[in-house]
Amino acid sequence: MNKELTKNFASGHSACAGCAFPTIVRTILAESPDPVVVSNATGCLEVTSTLYPYTAWKNSYIHSAFENASATISGVERAYKALAKKGKMKKKIKFVVFGGDGGTYDIGLQSLSGALERGHDFLYVVYDNGGYMNTGNQRSSATPYGAATETTPDGKESFGKVEMRKNLMEIVNAHHIKYAAQANVAYLADLKKKAKKAFETEGPVFLSVFSPCTNNWKFPTSQYVAIAKLATETNFWPLYEIEDGKYKINWSTENPKPIEEFLKTQGRFKHLFSEKNKGVIPEMQRILNDEWNRLAEKNNLHSV
Amino acid sequence: MIQSRNKNVEIEEGAVIAHDLSKAAKTGDWRYMKPVVDKEKCIGCTTCMPFCPEASIIMKAYKDGQRDKCDIDYDFCKGCGVCAQVCPVKAITMKKN
Repeated sequence: MNKELTKNFASGHSACAGCAFPTIVRTILAESPDPVVVSNATGCLEVTSTLYPYTAWKNSYIHSAFENASATISGVERAYKALAKKGKMKKKIKFVVFGGDGGTYDIGLQSLSGALERGHDFLYVVYDNGGYMNTGNQRSSATPYGAATETTPDGKESFGKVEMRKNLMEIVNAHHIKYAAQANVAYLADLKKKAKKAFETEGPVFLSVFSPCTNNWKFPTSQYVAIAKLATETNFWPLYEIEDGKYKINWSTENPKPIEEFLKTQGRFKHLFSEKNKGVIPEMQRILNDEWNRLAEKNNLHSV
Repeated sequence: MIQSRNKNVEIEEGAVIAHDLSKAAKTGDWRYMKPVVDKEKCIGCTTCMPFCPEASIIMKAYKDGQRDKCDIDYDFCKGCGVCAQVCPVKAITMKKN
């Protein structure tokens, strides 16, 4: 076991072979200069890292429920501030929440919104694998258009999910927080930089990190880095940050790859390549271009 | 037990579970393919190291005057093959366990 990498999150967890979130957790927590208290929404990360009587977490870790990871950390942070004010606590502590997209986009959205609005000093990290992967791939509001899931299966009448992804970054940005960023597990240097900036910023900060799921996106266990890279190269998952409301795209290309390159790597999009569903991929590309152009406009960068 | 403000009431302390690696499942049992490093090919770039979900890759001294080379700890390695996929010089190959 690598001692340097496992200072916060050890091996021995039961995440699927080839899962992306252990890397995300380790990379982000390594950037904290102080000890951290972690609050975790229900999800794959919580279930796989805390198999009784073992815990993979070496720092303080709280799991309460699906919907209130942010509310939990709010309470902990305020209690710490009160104790620090009274001089009962001298140590500096950072507060971090990890949630999946189900616990963030859907179920935990109100508690996240509340915590952001109240201005607690914490970092919220969403590892986005686009669905409820822990319970067997049900759709969430982060599931991309066209993806087949257990609750939006492909078939005679259906081509998978018919709705667009929710744009959570815009929702978070609407709380006027100082720093929010979108990162990708395949771009670790970028993720590191963003995590460092997040820990340096006072007040609520938000990181949204792309986290491919080998089991339910249906790709070989060795491919998570390659697929995550394609997501950014096709503009499906642009890397950008919003600092004091100002947008900055961190990675871009004049010639993004067509979305097919990303889709054909995964079983959940397999049905889109059939004759019956031939209109879906162009529609996906159109949605993608629209989203990118909107982002590029905010950043004053070239459009596609 | 913790003493509460009311002296007559004792509160049960919540179950505190400390990290103890000896209680961990040895997830190396899951493996059916295992990564094997060709140390002559490995350039010691450490690209694979942070991507390993189990943090099973350690950089170890190999020959004098050379950079530390990639070495795999098989206790927890689940054999996913991510290291072999990201290696820029294809120094890691997946072999039958």
